[in-house]
Amino acid sequence: MRQAFGKAAALLAAFGLACSLAACGSSGGGATSGSGATEETLTVYAAASLKKTFTGLAKAFERSHPGTKVVLNFAGSSDLATQISQGAPADVFASADTKNMDKLADAGLLDGEPADFATNVLEIAVPPGNPASISAFADLAKPGVKVVVCAPQVPCGAATEKVEKGTGVGLKPVSEESSVTDVLGKVISGEADAGLVYATDVLSAGNKAKGIPFPEAAQAVNTYPIATVGVAKNKELAKAFVELVTGAEGREALADSGFGAP
Amino acid sequence: MGSARNGHAYSGIPRWLYVPAAVGALFVLLPLAAMLAKVNWAQFIPLVTSAASLDALGLSLRTSAASTALCLVFGVPLAMVLARRPFRGQRLFRAFVLLPLVLPPVVGGIALLYTFGRQGLLGKGLEVAGLQIAFSTTAVVLAQTFVALPFLVVSLEGALRTAGKRYEAVAATLGASPATVLRRVTLPLVLPGLASGAVLSFARSLGEFGATLTFAGSLQGVTRTLPLEIYLQRESDADAAVALSLLLVAVAVAVVGLSYRKQQVSA
Repeated sequence: MRQAFGKAAALLAAFGLACSLAACGSSGGGATSGSGATEETLTVYAAASLKKTFTGLAKAFERSHPGTKVVLNFAGSSDLATQISQGAPADVFASADTKNMDKLADAGLLDGEPADFATNVLEIAVPPGNPASISAFADLAKPGVKVVVCAPQVPCGAATEKVEKGTGVGLKPVSEESSVTDVLGKVISGEADAGLVYATDVLSAGNKAKGIPFPEAAQAVNTYPIATVGVAKNKELAKAFVELVTGAEGREALADSGFGAP
Repeated sequence: MGSARNGHAYSGIPRWLYVPAAVGALFVLLPLAAMLAKVNWAQFIPLVTSAASLDALGLSLRTSAASTALCLVFGVPLAMVLARRPFRGQRLFRAFVLLPLVLPPVVGGIALLYTFGRQGLLGKGLEVAGLQIAFSTTAVVLAQTFVALPFLVVSLEGALRTAGKRYEAVAATLGASPATVLRRVTLPLVLPGLASGAVLSFARSLGEFGATLTFAGSLQGVTRTLPLEIYLQRESDADAAVALSLLLVAVAVAVVGLSYRKQQVSA
């Protein structure tokens, strides 16, 4: 607390004394600093939906690469892509969609081609007990059913729109959230009768929400690519981590969390 | 200390104080300037006048006005009780009333959800009565009122304490009823404090984000206020997000600036 205050005060002072762009734009890379001289750090930026899987895989990687510390940063794919394009010190980037990976590839910020390592499809999530008796995608359009979806601007919302177009079933959602966790939250709290989230999200909710897979979801499959970032300090280490994720061990861990094979 | 308080004209401050003061001012102004530099001026007008933007702005202004009214209706009596009628446990009570000031808004949203949500403490009964608050504009107003109320209470209570009870006591000895004292003496006396409290409440409502997102949802024209629209646009269209941010800043500056000037004139 005190330290953080001191740091912020020092930063403010530095900001005042020498307000060059370099001083103002120093990013908070606190997580990566402080490692021992002999220890190597691998920084992995991964989509929020990969939290459980990648936390496990990072532990496995640290075991098989003694002296290596994997620092994980989970957030929305577009946030991560923005951070990396602004110079965040990432070694590996795993995105929840190809769009954000392509953004970095187009900007020449990647090392080599991204590899697809997982897929995710939409699933209907309902509160335990399924109060609105939802059993198919078309049920979501029934009058009186409170459906919450992602806004079209975010990947899960784009997938929802695709399924709506493909099936001809137009939804009248009571809310269009900006993240899939917000959709799931409204289902878990019972505010909504149903929500459209990814299969992996339903699985992570445990018994607090029930998932209803629907065949039309195949019209909007989300592909997850992973790549080494161009500025990676240790490219070998970064490549090894990508190989772990795309290899058999990674596939198994991903399948456990509900991801499909690419 | 004493001399500084007595002599109004005295404004001497140590000269070195200007340095941290300038840094503080820069710290607030520079990010705003940085944002200003990022505005895509060619697209600015179409971006801020799109249907989604206008819906969001209109909704923000309407809900903020409504929550400011609610803050006045409930906050004025609350501040009166806190400032004028000491009671046991008052400090604790005040701490709880002011809690939303320090609470992360998302926590407020969760608390409101468990109160007014469909499965909530009051929400269940309201739903039976045919009143649905979840995903409605009412939910937005409730969220804004929850976070803005302490601003009004705090500034009004301060004004009431500073004004003191002398005039009220005199009015009472002259035969004025408590209602008359309130209307003719107390409220006119604390009007500047009341006004600044109302302005702060309005500004806080305008910027409300976390509680609204958690509790009310996000749907164009119904619950998607300007901050929520900015948050959403940020995902896909950075230019639109920046343009709308500037719009929000302009509205906030206009509201706060205008009302402070008015106060200065009336004071």
